[in-house]
Amino acid sequence: MKEGIRPYTLVAELTYRCPLRCSYCSNPIDWAKRKNELDTDGWKRVFREAEDLGVVGLNLTGGEPILRKDLEQLIGEARRLDLYTNLITSGIPLSRERLAKFRAAGLDNVQVSVQDVSAKESDRIAGLESFEKKLEVCAWVKELGMPLTLNVVLHRDNLGHVAEIVALAERLKADRLELANTQYLGWALVNRRALLPTREQLEAARKVAAAARKRLLGKMEVLFVTPDYYTDYPKSCMDGWGRRFIVVSPEGLVLPCHAAHTLPGLKFENVREHSLAAIWTESTGFNAFRGEAWMPEPCRSCDKRAVDFGGCRCQAYHLTGNAAATDPTCTLAPSHALIETARGEALAGEAPPLRYRSVRIAAAR
Amino acid sequence: MISAETRPRIASKARLRYDRKTERTMLLYPEKGLVLNPTATEIAKLCTGEHTVAAIVAQLAARYGKEASAIEREVMSFLGALADRGLLQEAE
Repeated sequence: MKEGIRPYTLVAELTYRCPLRCSYCSNPIDWAKRKNELDTDGWKRVFREAEDLGVVGLNLTGGEPILRKDLEQLIGEARRLDLYTNLITSGIPLSRERLAKFRAAGLDNVQVSVQDVSAKESDRIAGLESFEKKLEVCAWVKELGMPLTLNVVLHRDNLGHVAEIVALAERLKADRLELANTQYLGWALVNRRALLPTREQLEAARKVAAAARKRLLGKMEVLFVTPDYYTDYPKSCMDGWGRRFIVVSPEGLVLPCHAAHTLPGLKFENVREHSLAAIWTESTGFNAFRGEAWMPEPCRSCDKRAVDFGGCRCQAYHLTGNAAATDPTCTLAPSHALIETARGEALAGEAPPLRYRSVRIAAAR
Repeated sequence: MISAETRPRIASKARLRYDRKTERTMLLYPEKGLVLNPTATEIAKLCTGEHTVAAIVAQLAARYGKEASAIEREVMSFLGALADRGLLQEAE
């Protein structure tokens, strides 16, 4: 490992359990088989060891983190360690009283996702009647004096609603609006033909978001994350493999990104058996794609290699079968035709029906 | 626009945290953070919505024994950088 590399953010995936069944969920497709969650003391130790390594920010996520009965305690420990703590939630199932406890325990920010701007469409995507309840939770967040991030994952069916989404965020007095285009991994890759937008849809939405960003500067931060299927170069996935992020899965597996354990041939360790510091510095999985030695051409001699770090390893593997390939979303990648084909399918329209994240499909695989 | 009479306030989603590793103060907010230099840290600590820019400049100029015009340039440049990132909240 290079000297001076330190993690800044810990992504704590507290559970894979979730009442929602979103068809772009990035959790493992076999999530329902995974049952052995870390206990309260296990997570507290992870937080302490992460802070000791240099972590300053904590994302409490899942699945649905509020399904953990010990969430108040975990937030309290994070606060004691002075970590900037962000709760990433669907808001279901949550009471105002419990949210007030989270605030009292020291929570810094609440991020609530909605799937679209109408109950009908949002609930269709989530596979659960949930939209109205989410709006209620958003209102509680602001009533309790906490900063609110509204997150909407964008895809073909809701990209045309960005103006309405901005208006919804304004109405909810959100401090931050995250318009995040779907990453086509996990369930989203299964459903790519039904989700991937056309370039025209994307450009129109981007313009609306840019205007809103300008208009709302100082009131609400508006972020628009472009899908890498429509950029010339890949995104710097996780700011580079094993550079800034540590993800700990519900079972205690320590990963450079939440999907890294889907890559074959890589060994990742568990916090039940090793310290976080030992894993961060010595794990062969963490070191596999650190630095530039692993890079193939055209990455190796590319002047953008320190900008995008070769893109997303999981995307490379799931599309080309080789985790060490150049991310196919890069226009310079030998496998870029795969992306052009997928975009062609989006243009052709006629998408198959969505497949929902479910136990049944997981069991069938 | 930020003027001498503006009372800047750091957005409620952001907070300061001392970082042992770099011995600097960080301004943390969802998904991101800025590492502040010592002057920026002092400015940020005064961005509570109570003090005007003019008052912040006067206070820091007195503390560091520097000319107000030099301090003012630093303050305006830092506040501009915060505003660009949506990290300054307008007074309600």
